[in-house]
Amino acid sequence: MPLNELPIEVEPLVGAMPAFCASIPAGELRGLAEQARARKAPLVALWGSDETERRAGYALHLALAFPSGLLWVSVPLSREDPHYPGIADIYASANRMQRATADLLGIFPSADADRRKWLRHGAWPEGAFPLRKSVDPAARFAQGPDLYPFVPVEGEGVHEIPVGPVHAGTIEPGHFRFSIVGEKILRLEERLGYTHKGIEKRFEQMTLEEGAKLAGRVSGDSTVAYAWAYAMAVEGATGTEPPPRALALRGILLELERIANHLGDLGYLGNDVALSFGFFQFWRVKEDLLRTHAQLFGHRYLMDAIVPGGVACDLSRAQADALLGRLDTILQEVATLRSIYDEHAGAQDRFIMTGQVTRELAERMGLTGLAARACGMARDLRVDYPIPPWQELDPRMITHPRGDVSARVALRFEEIFESVRLIRSLAQELPPGKLRVPVAAATAGARGLGWVEGWRGDVLIALETAGANRIHRLHPHDPSWQNWPLLEHAVHGNIVPDFPLINKSFNLSYSGADL
Amino acid sequence: MYQILKQIVKTGIVTEPAPLPDAALRALEQRLGEVILKHFGRALAIRHVDAGSCNGCELEIHAMNSPYCNLEGLGIKFVASPRHADMLLVTGPVSRNMETALKRTWEATPDPKLVVAIGDCGCTGGIFGESYASCGRVSNVIPVDVAVPGCPPTPVAILRGILTAITPGR
Repeated sequence: MPLNELPIEVEPLVGAMPAFCASIPAGELRGLAEQARARKAPLVALWGSDETERRAGYALHLALAFPSGLLWVSVPLSREDPHYPGIADIYASANRMQRATADLLGIFPSADADRRKWLRHGAWPEGAFPLRKSVDPAARFAQGPDLYPFVPVEGEGVHEIPVGPVHAGTIEPGHFRFSIVGEKILRLEERLGYTHKGIEKRFEQMTLEEGAKLAGRVSGDSTVAYAWAYAMAVEGATGTEPPPRALALRGILLELERIANHLGDLGYLGNDVALSFGFFQFWRVKEDLLRTHAQLFGHRYLMDAIVPGGVACDLSRAQADALLGRLDTILQEVATLRSIYDEHAGAQDRFIMTGQVTRELAERMGLTGLAARACGMARDLRVDYPIPPWQELDPRMITHPRGDVSARVALRFEEIFESVRLIRSLAQELPPGKLRVPVAAATAGARGLGWVEGWRGDVLIALETAGANRIHRLHPHDPSWQNWPLLEHAVHGNIVPDFPLINKSFNLSYSGADL
Repeated sequence: MYQILKQIVKTGIVTEPAPLPDAALRALEQRLGEVILKHFGRALAIRHVDAGSCNGCELEIHAMNSPYCNLEGLGIKFVASPRHADMLLVTGPVSRNMETALKRTWEATPDPKLVVAIGDCGCTGGIFGESYASCGRVSNVIPVDVAVPGCPPTPVAILRGILTAITPGR
């Protein structure tokens, strides 16, 4: 069948989200990317795979979001010469994904592309590609030197501030190279990959059942979004249909995760403008919610609550009432705290017009999720592809035109209110029935996609099965891939002391994108 | 200002009692004498190092800074540099890309120093294990005094681990 938006033959893919697969030769890749770009289809992910055990070569994969669904494009590449024409000039966000694919699999974009390493530091040498099937999972490489060509900035009065990988606060490791003039940031260059711990290789040693736990630990703060995306991918690949009660509970869990993260971020955003009152208040409210999670679902962060085939928890009528009672209290507290934030001149002075990203830049760079909605881009999977349980709830998409820290603060407040509304609707009318159905057996080479609007943005899991219910290839994709490069732009012209504030207003995942 | 004061008064003091130390969490015997520990016990400076975690443990370290724990009331504070620290609180399986940074952070921490490994990954390598990219547990890279299991361990469990590390005896 042809895709609605492009003259290309596609195969529909079984699963909860509308999705299609297509295979094209490398020579057509740039043409397709240009047409997709012209239709404003966001690039959701780019990754590679090793098909040499299947008597083929390698493959490059892209996920592109069209209104009719997600298009999974595969580009077969030869075993001898796995090169393809790069697309980072068409989709800016492809740059780091292309480099990561080169580091892990030795699949290279054409010579004119940015060929600097990305995930490879000193843990494996140039010319070794750990995600290739020929590399034993037990293999170790000698720790080598790690030379990285940062872009030098020269000129009168310019100097550098190198920060990290170990930061001053309790955050994940990464390196930020600031070039500054006086107090102002002239340029920021990020170097990430420090938390690369071989997640994708690990998946390939696992069964579909075992993988659920790992998926929930790609980025701990988004464990629900990942677990759901993983379950959705497995259910698609095996033709399993989760029961309606499980879907409603998944919706509740996802919105609780959104609320918990937003509460924590709002606390830290207060802290970063010297309003420590805000930190202590929000983290008290967040702690109350986490304790409610533990009581009702057995885990403070809701880890392992979503499993392929359904959910591993339930919510009785009485428990639902307890949850809604807690959320009512939280809503009142958040409303009070919002009025305090809004009327606090010092905080607003730091928030407004700090770390601004224009909509034009955001669209060009492929910004996604919460940060994209905060500069006016209307993109939210729950609204754009209203599959169950969102179908009947009519989620309200919240956007803000300004794209600065204050917009990202305002969006978090508004999303908390909307998430509570969604949870209330879901919890009041939980469908009766089963919580979990057995997952059907997978045939080798079956594909599944999971795509979920997590609190940070859209999380994608692209799965291809091997024999005996095992994983041939699994790519977990965090929205942070797209959003990290925007942070480099958002800080331009801002003062160095505002960097922590701007960084926190995005609150991107290191682990999720380092894999 | 009135609203802020009103909210503070309305909230009151929510701090809960601190947990007791648990010798079962010890990975190494206590090396420090009672005199030193007495000083640590009233003024302990901690540097957190994420050596490759999924960020789940970081969430609970943040949560330990909530008013329910009142760390400063216990004489515990997080500091910005290992050079100011008495203790390293290390999360994650140690990624090979963080191995050097973790060793350097440990070397930059003045003696006498303590190391508390946090979470299942810090204790054993967890679900990530050892691989081309992961060194596994923290004690594979630097000496660990106390290891706190959990995925992630609760703030109370982390605090118990910290207090165990500064308690005299075995």
